[in-house]
Amino acid sequence: MKRPDGRSNEEFRTVEARVDVVSRADGSALFAFGNSKAIVSVYGPRQLYPQHLQNPERCLLRCYYDLASFSVPERKRPGPTRRSIEISYVMTKALEPAIKLEAFPNSVIDVYALIIDSDASTRCAAINAASLALANAGVPMKELVSAVSVGKLGNELVVDLTKEEEDFKVIKEGEEQKTTDIPIAFLSRSKKISLLQLDGKISAEELFKAIELGKKACLKISKIQERTLKKIKNIKK
Amino acid sequence: MEVTNLTKKRIEELIARNKRLDGRSLLEFRKIFVEKGVTKKAEGSARVRIGNTEVIAGVKLNLTEPFQDTPDEGALAVNVEFFPIGSEKFEPGPPSVEAVELARIIDRIIRESHFINLKKLCIKKGELVWMVFIDVYPINDDGNLIDASIIASIAALKDAVFPAREEDKVKYGELTKQRLPLNDSVIGLTLYKLGQKFIFDPTTIEEEISQARITVGMSYRKKEFIHAIQKGGETPLSEEEIKEAIKIIIKKGKEILNKINL
Repeated sequence: MKRPDGRSNEEFRTVEARVDVVSRADGSALFAFGNSKAIVSVYGPRQLYPQHLQNPERCLLRCYYDLASFSVPERKRPGPTRRSIEISYVMTKALEPAIKLEAFPNSVIDVYALIIDSDASTRCAAINAASLALANAGVPMKELVSAVSVGKLGNELVVDLTKEEEDFKVIKEGEEQKTTDIPIAFLSRSKKISLLQLDGKISAEELFKAIELGKKACLKISKIQERTLKKIKNIKK
Repeated sequence: MEVTNLTKKRIEELIARNKRLDGRSLLEFRKIFVEKGVTKKAEGSARVRIGNTEVIAGVKLNLTEPFQDTPDEGALAVNVEFFPIGSEKFEPGPPSVEAVELARIIDRIIRESHFINLKKLCIKKGELVWMVFIDVYPINDDGNLIDASIIASIAALKDAVFPAREEDKVKYGELTKQRLPLNDSVIGLTLYKLGQKFIFDPTTIEEEISQARITVGMSYRKKEFIHAIQKGGETPLSEEEIKEAIKIIIKKGKEILNKINL
């Protein structure tokens, strides 16, 4: 099957990955899958207030994901939505296992992800950027986090969905079949899965294949992330 | 109630030996009670109890303009309200992250499995459709609110009937006998990882010390399909663990659907 933009099924879009894009932040990065572009700033580890939120055993990780109001076809009202609240939450859970949070008691690391241009797979772009930004901030990490979306389009499994592919519909057995979207995040060393979501319709066997495909893509992405980080001249802090 | 480290350790040790504090086996649910039609004003309602955990879900219908991108479909909105009666952890105010996540999990399971035939909720294309609101209130949290809420939502939808309508106005209080256009055999269940083991239906304490969870929404018609997944919790899972978990959940879903007769 030919994909609308000519990619093969295992191929993700052209990746743009850079660090140090926000000088004011302790660490920052830009990560883009084609036209899905995320900028992430990391502030911290810093003292956590109000004090009752402090944990003497570990650092708190807080992620905020949001779409810029102009990043979607119809203007999105600025501010959190139920969608962005959920994504912020799963993003936190995807990143937490990679960070040595126990090294900074009573502290907080804030991760702010802004999507400035969206063409599907934005949570994956945000996670990839956040992983880079955390490393850029000099936060001690056990491994990198790499994310990609796997989709089921008709009978095909493809990596890194675009909005066009996400909205793609086929009629199968008289039933309208929408794309199944599966965002996955892998940890680069332990090879464990820290984010897995799905909506659509898929059999268990196909899902297992999709995870396999996502893993391969994530390994490639983690190599890109590594290369990007090696370019950093001065690690802050 | 604060759980002591001693209790936590005891539970962990038991689970490592395939035992649980309340005598259940690892993949055993507490008794599930489903009671439909528990409120008068709602067009559909259900109370679900799993052990001491209790959830009430209500369905309300109103008439509205369809969304622009789906002019010939009705609309669905799911809300979970962690009202402070159910747990000392619930606080008044805007929905917590956990409440938003749960609402969105339920929404995805119902929407993606086409449990409601939204096309049949269209009255006049582009102008008038039915909107289905599902509101879930946990009354008592003794663990596994996710599954209780999913089951309550499905049961409340099954209980629902259309209210009477006059042109584009709903005549609330006057119910028809017509049920919602629903498909069958949809359920969502959550498997928790505790130590090196998987368990179903954790109590509050078990839930608190579990490291990871995975929720799967499924349909069992001609074939089994997965429609929604949400991995949650602190620790990541390996590929093998995920595969194993999904197989266990699919099997259990069928068993529970046969048992509770929604």
